[in-house]
Amino acid sequence: MQKYSIFSLIKNAFTNHQNWEVAWKDPQPKKEYDVVIVGGGGHGLATAYYLAKEHKITNIAILEKGWIGGGNVGRNTTILRSNYMWDANGLFYEYGMKLWENLSQELNYNVMYSPRGIINLAHSDAQLNVYARRGNSMRLNGIDAVMLSRDEIKKMIPFADFSFTARFPIFGGLMQPRGGTARHDAVAWGYARQADSMGVDIIQHCEVTGFEVKNGKVQGVQTSKGNIKTKKIGLCVAGSTSLLAEKLNMKLPIESHVLQACVSEPVKPFLDHVVTFGAGHFYCSQSDKGEMVMGGDLDGYNSYAQRGNLPTLQHVLSEGVAMFPNLSRLKMLRTWGGIMDMSMDGSPIIDKTHIEGLYLNCGWCYGGFKATPVSGWTFAYTIAQDRPHELNEKFKLNRFSTGHLIDEKGVGTKTWIG
Amino acid sequence: MLEIKCPYCGKRSQNEFSYGGDASVKRPKLEAEISDKEWNDFVYFRKNVRGKHQELWHHVAGCRQWFKVLRSTYTHEIYKTSKIEEEL
Repeated sequence: MQKYSIFSLIKNAFTNHQNWEVAWKDPQPKKEYDVVIVGGGGHGLATAYYLAKEHKITNIAILEKGWIGGGNVGRNTTILRSNYMWDANGLFYEYGMKLWENLSQELNYNVMYSPRGIINLAHSDAQLNVYARRGNSMRLNGIDAVMLSRDEIKKMIPFADFSFTARFPIFGGLMQPRGGTARHDAVAWGYARQADSMGVDIIQHCEVTGFEVKNGKVQGVQTSKGNIKTKKIGLCVAGSTSLLAEKLNMKLPIESHVLQACVSEPVKPFLDHVVTFGAGHFYCSQSDKGEMVMGGDLDGYNSYAQRGNLPTLQHVLSEGVAMFPNLSRLKMLRTWGGIMDMSMDGSPIIDKTHIEGLYLNCGWCYGGFKATPVSGWTFAYTIAQDRPHELNEKFKLNRFSTGHLIDEKGVGTKTWIG
Repeated sequence: MLEIKCPYCGKRSQNEFSYGGDASVKRPKLEAEISDKEWNDFVYFRKNVRGKHQELWHHVAGCRQWFKVLRSTYTHEIYKTSKIEEEL
């Protein structure tokens, strides 16, 4: 594989950038693989990469029904954080933050990791108490957390509404300084390029149409490009998980919902951090191009359509305008939707299943992007070792029947009653 | 914007309604012996269909009645609505 560096950039400039190697090949599927990963999104690509790198399993196919970077990995608001209270989430996402910090070097691909800090605004004394509790839990787990006063926040985000006539005045906030953003499609491309260079076959426009299971063991998959034999299948298909599970006669604690995001026209630097509204569900950051990147609530009804509806967008942006009144002067550039695999407790599932050789990675709700590296890392471990790593052992499929829910915010699919 | 036909009030905008989830889920009968699995299936597990989906909606900013809607989760098209006690 060609290494990306300043020297390779200069060298290729002499040939007008016509001779760069392709970042990943476009192979036809082989008859048999050791592992088949269904879903070529961030999580699937990362899983294949860590299977090859950490577990030396390289005879892998990634089957993607669309194209690399076309699903949720290219539809999120690019936020990275590990500001969780429960141990299961905190330790898991914090391991992910450590992977993010080194990811550009590791992948030899600039993922534009930007630890600009994430600020959760508090709008009452009670909310500040809750944030202090969460901040303390984070620090006990070795995660950075800082309580901010109203005056400190005013210096950091002067354009927020600090008037006392605001419907939700700003009382203070909780900040994770190492939280931030990364360029989402670079993450997909970086993982794809490295996985490909280690021998992983990335097969695009290849839809899985069925599974071959005999005596409770995985035998292979049926696809739009023919049958493929394999003993191990990893499902990383986000909002489509229930559809594939149905082919295996499995029902899951998942509903698929559409979540919208949007960007404004680009403006000069205005917001240095990622900021979340504490009196509703709205978050925003400014991209390097200057666009305000914004998101918030689900549309609120089951959906497999990758587009949303205006009432939700209006609701979300009215929260944005309550927080930053001058956002009302911006024009919207684009809006889009992605299909979230909403689990019933709001936390993910990374686990084995009752079928030998079938592994499940789903239930990412709003937060799949930041988990990309650690989800891939732990899922690769689970597939290779046939047991969960201690980082993901609490993300069990059966926790809904045993009562070990990970109810971080008490929200699942019914976020409107959370 | 979805336009939903409330069986009591007629067509109204989505803003007046709130969503109540899968209407095909049946609560286990209380007098019967109910296994943990049945409770678990009722509370957490869903078919999550892509296509025609029977669901509950609440006309919360209107007549405040619950009713059933047959809607495509893929195109968002609404085929039919009915009162809660009627078959869709």
